[in-house]
Amino acid sequence: MDFDALLLSRLQFAFTIAFHIIFPSFTIGLASYFAVLEGLWLATRNETFKTLYLFWIKIFALSFGMGVVSGVVMSYELGTNWSVFSAKASPVIGPLFAFEVLAAFFLEASFLGVMLFGWKKVGPRLHFAASVLVAFGTLTSAFWIISANSWMQHPSGFVTLADGSLRAVDWFKVIFSPTFPERLAHMVLAAYLTTALVVAAASAWRLLKRPEEAESCMALRMAIGMCVIVAPLQLLVGDLSGKEVLRVQPAKLAAIEAFWETRREQPFHIAAWPDRKTEANRWEISIPRLGSLITAGDARAEIKGLKAFAPQDRPPVAVVFWAFRVMVGLGVAMIGLGLWGAWLCWRRAGPATSPLFLRAAVAMGPAGFVAVICGWIVAEVGRQPYVIYGVLRTADAVSPVAAGPVSVSLLAFMALYAVVFSVGGLYILRLIAEGPVAGAAEPAPGLQRAPGSALAAAPQEPEEGR
Amino acid sequence: MTLDLPLIWAGLIATAVLLYVLLDGFDLGVGILFPFARSPADRDVMMDSIAPVWDGNETWLVLGGGGLFAAFPFAYAALTPALYIPILLMLMALILRGVAFEFRLRGRRRGKAFWTAAFAGGSLTAAFAQGLVLGGFIQGVRLQDRAFAGGAFDWLTPYSLLVATGLAVGYALLGATWLIWRTADELHGHARRWARIAAVAVAGLLAAVSVATLLVHPRVAQRWGFADGAFDLARLGPLLVIPALGAVGLAVLAWGLARRSHAGPFVGAVLVFLSGYLGLAVGFFPNIVPYDMSFRQAASADNALALMLGGVVLLLPAILAYTVWVYWVFRGKVGADAGYH
Repeated sequence: MDFDALLLSRLQFAFTIAFHIIFPSFTIGLASYFAVLEGLWLATRNETFKTLYLFWIKIFALSFGMGVVSGVVMSYELGTNWSVFSAKASPVIGPLFAFEVLAAFFLEASFLGVMLFGWKKVGPRLHFAASVLVAFGTLTSAFWIISANSWMQHPSGFVTLADGSLRAVDWFKVIFSPTFPERLAHMVLAAYLTTALVVAAASAWRLLKRPEEAESCMALRMAIGMCVIVAPLQLLVGDLSGKEVLRVQPAKLAAIEAFWETRREQPFHIAAWPDRKTEANRWEISIPRLGSLITAGDARAEIKGLKAFAPQDRPPVAVVFWAFRVMVGLGVAMIGLGLWGAWLCWRRAGPATSPLFLRAAVAMGPAGFVAVICGWIVAEVGRQPYVIYGVLRTADAVSPVAAGPVSVSLLAFMALYAVVFSVGGLYILRLIAEGPVAGAAEPAPGLQRAPGSALAAAPQEPEEGR
Repeated sequence: MTLDLPLIWAGLIATAVLLYVLLDGFDLGVGILFPFARSPADRDVMMDSIAPVWDGNETWLVLGGGGLFAAFPFAYAALTPALYIPILLMLMALILRGVAFEFRLRGRRRGKAFWTAAFAGGSLTAAFAQGLVLGGFIQGVRLQDRAFAGGAFDWLTPYSLLVATGLAVGYALLGATWLIWRTADELHGHARRWARIAAVAVAGLLAAVSVATLLVHPRVAQRWGFADGAFDLARLGPLLVIPALGAVGLAVLAWGLARRSHAGPFVGAVLVFLSGYLGLAVGFFPNIVPYDMSFRQAASADNALALMLGGVVLLLPAILAYTVWVYWVFRGKVGADAGYH
């Protein structure tokens, strides 16, 4: 086994999937938001909803494009870098990937075209149907990919044959593996929360400059509404998910909490510096007994520590421990932001009148993405050293490729993604800065920018530089 | 009655790949033709003609990869590492040209120029890389215990470079005939000229690839009835339908270009591609990893194939129906007002 190709392949997969997951976690939420906005517009004929739709659809188009192309990479990387995994896992989870393509990707891709370019080609009802189908497609996609991931986290419904290959014996148990419901809920709520935070931040940014902008005010209220419901719900679902981890992946749980010894009345470490060499935390700030209470719901419960597992079966500790704390910390901040916003909505003239809240909302704009990536690190790094938990080790799953090509492709991905995603991010921020009214206006033919926008005075450059 | 599941799935994957080649072929082709456009306005119309459908077209590539993973995991596990470099090159090129659809609208002067170039360069690179994948595939992959056992550059030969050139020019032909069909006025005229040039080049390259395939790969030549300097007419006879189809395609193309038909040249180009596709398939079928792994050896478990077939029976008709509907919604000539912005 070539360790270098293994390490490089892991880095490449982590890098490409971490960038990929940013976009679905935003577009899943936005797609549902569009269905709601267009439905409200059709029902009330309040033009504010349509203005918001036309504004956010441009940001959606940019994000969705980046999500699609970074996602195509995944469908081939499983083979180019993880061919042993592919050959082994496919008879069981291959159908899940196939269903994702058949049930979700085609639906999203086809009706996205209608959503973006069909305003003048189809009637409003048909256009609304396209929006709903795209939203349904994004959720279907989440269903199947989380189903596959959940099976890899806690495989069930299969047998291992004499030659070492895997066979599904109960498809229901494969698709609905024990940890799947919590994981799916956790991911979808994370996507909704991420989107709500971005919408809130963009609207708050506008309101800091133009406190009277009705569209931004409406969008901010909708985002607060989403946040105040979903953020506490997410804490609940996350806790359920954590309880499942305790049950099926005790080593991961021990890493999340930096428990080394197996004991009753585990303390909760607010912060710690776990050290795998000494098999202890170099220092820790702890609350006694709270660890057992949080993880098992009983302060007296005995929780396994990492030393209960052979060193080669332990996941990395520090990264999992800290990623979890960042995720939970941000989640609590989201709950706080939602409650604060709701209180402002209820008490006074509205959230737009509190500059402090608006600044906080802007600051929390990227929090959803950070929390999603941290959550992903907890789930995937915490599963190590296995790629299929208890069945196939990551080290045994790698393709027979040399380190040379993988290092070149990893560097190329880093350079390419640095350009593509920073420019994409810049374009999205530019659109947000322009705001919903200027951004949603339909420009005259041949004119790239809406009159009245911040950039309308700039030269139009009808000729592109060659 | 029991279904021959691996055979059905081989047919399904082959159909998905063919649909991918035809559908993304024309939109990659439009990108390849980008540098030849006379004005930025022409480039905008060219892009508008494919913007609503490119994403759906590329989904067939995901189905090709995902389907191979799911239905023929051993082929997927052997082929993708063997073709590591061209596949990753293709993926990265597809990223550049895919984001260019939206980024080009958002860039200002330098940004727009950059993404225009990225769209053209990405499209050409993706097409060429797919040709390298195809060439590397046809010339065969070295296996040991069903796993790839060759070197990182096994795919790089004069033959694969020839195939890659052929595929890129073929895509340009599909793109040009698409533009003849879907655009008007001056751009339509330019597209006719591009199609004429590409058609001649494709005819030459198709012949060159055919001859090279027979010369380089004795096993393929044998399939076509050529062996030891003699040829077997009984073997060759029924297969002559395939080159005949290619000839018909070229004739339809030439006729369509001469008679100033709008949709005719595209149909001709599709027939030429179909002929090339079938011609290559004859060379390696029933191998799915030439020339050591048949589709039966590569197939997944029967229960997985059966489950997925159920999904296909339910979903594929719907996919085809709404794909056709989307193309119908965006039918007709593309005007200057096609964008949504």
